[in-house]
Amino acid sequence: MAAIELDVLERRYGERVALAGVSVRVERGQTLAVLGANGAGKTTLLQVLAGLLRPHGGRAVVLGAELPAERWKLPGRVGYLGHEPLLYRELSARENLRYHARLHGVEGARVEVVLAAVGMERRADDPVRELSRGMVQRVAVARAVLHEPELLLLDEPRANLDPAGAEQLEPLIGKPSGRTRVLVSHDVRGAQAEADIVLRLEQGRPAPEGQEAYA
Amino acid sequence: MIATARAILHKDLLLELRTKESVPAMTLFTLTVYVLFHFGLDRDSLDGELASGVLWVTLLLASIIGVSRLFGAEREQGGILGLLLAPVDRTSLWIAKAAGLFLMLVAVELVAVPAFGLLLLGPSLGGALPELLLVLLLGNVGIAAVGALVAALAAETRAHELIVPLLLLPLLVPVLISCAQATEPLLRQDAGPEDLGRWLGLLSLYDVVFVLLSVAVFDFLLED
Repeated sequence: MAAIELDVLERRYGERVALAGVSVRVERGQTLAVLGANGAGKTTLLQVLAGLLRPHGGRAVVLGAELPAERWKLPGRVGYLGHEPLLYRELSARENLRYHARLHGVEGARVEVVLAAVGMERRADDPVRELSRGMVQRVAVARAVLHEPELLLLDEPRANLDPAGAEQLEPLIGKPSGRTRVLVSHDVRGAQAEADIVLRLEQGRPAPEGQEAYA
Repeated sequence: MIATARAILHKDLLLELRTKESVPAMTLFTLTVYVLFHFGLDRDSLDGELASGVLWVTLLLASIIGVSRLFGAEREQGGILGLLLAPVDRTSLWIAKAAGLFLMLVAVELVAVPAFGLLLLGPSLGGALPELLLVLLLGNVGIAAVGALVAALAAETRAHELIVPLLLLPLLVPVLISCAQATEPLLRQDAGPEDLGRWLGLLSLYDVVFVLLSVAVFDFLLED
């Protein structure tokens, strides 16, 4: 069974069409790169795949769950890293991760494992508001993989990270993680290099073959 | 569900302790309004109907501040998305928010009720305190149940600070009537629990209805 199957997917915001005619099939363990200019519908696509937005047309099956009817099957199986880190600024990195661990029914010991994996043990007790943007991104990555999701939805996951930081996170969110991934990126070459499938969006629709998404 | 609600409540209490956004503002508001009534009515002391009305209208208006801020961190820092991505019963969010609002109201009343007694009340609170505590408890449950529901409804709207009072206050009219009527005989010079059972019964019924209604509909409020 494919991890993701989209068939002429459609999503609107009121009258405005955000996604239309999007079809793609991603097998388990594969990486789908989604490319496109700002406003192309990339983030909307990630939110539909996460079950956060309901599709308005076409067919969408994610991890065997037919959306939107079986959306209840998705929580806890998807790791979502969007533009917002989904962290409380007044809580420390450790407190944020412990909170998410409790929501996901994950053992507290796993929090220490992911904190070490993202290199945040030393600053784990500092409030998130005192961390640099790169550090916040590391903690957000830790939050996204805390519950060992089957599917990773990553929106510019290396944003704000220095090269060493990006390399450190590779085992968690990169190809070596072995997870099915949907990767939204403006780094066309980098995304193409690590993707099994590339989807180019242009104003919510798949770009014609051979046409660059950023043309 | 209870474990999740406890996790959310723990997080909310931690955030309130760190930011001090709601309880101090609510407390200061009630104290200011009591002082305003003190001068506005140009009376040294109130009793009976007037005292009861001033006490409850002020507490209800103060609750608007708490309800408006109830989903503040979720709205501004993506907490709702975090919850929707987790395998949790969404009703646990309502339980946690209602419990948090209940505790905030208790904290405010610990200061506001004695201050009301000192600033405005003629008769002493002492004799009627057990009955008054019961009315406050049931009133707080009603405000917390409806407040958490209204806060969730308004959370994703742009004008949430306008929508909260517009929705909350009409829904709380039965709480105001029951609480004020139950409290009125307790604040008379010849204090006595007149008709207390009837009004507490009505208040309990209101609480049960809104708790059940909230549990039934809360899941749908968070739908896209």
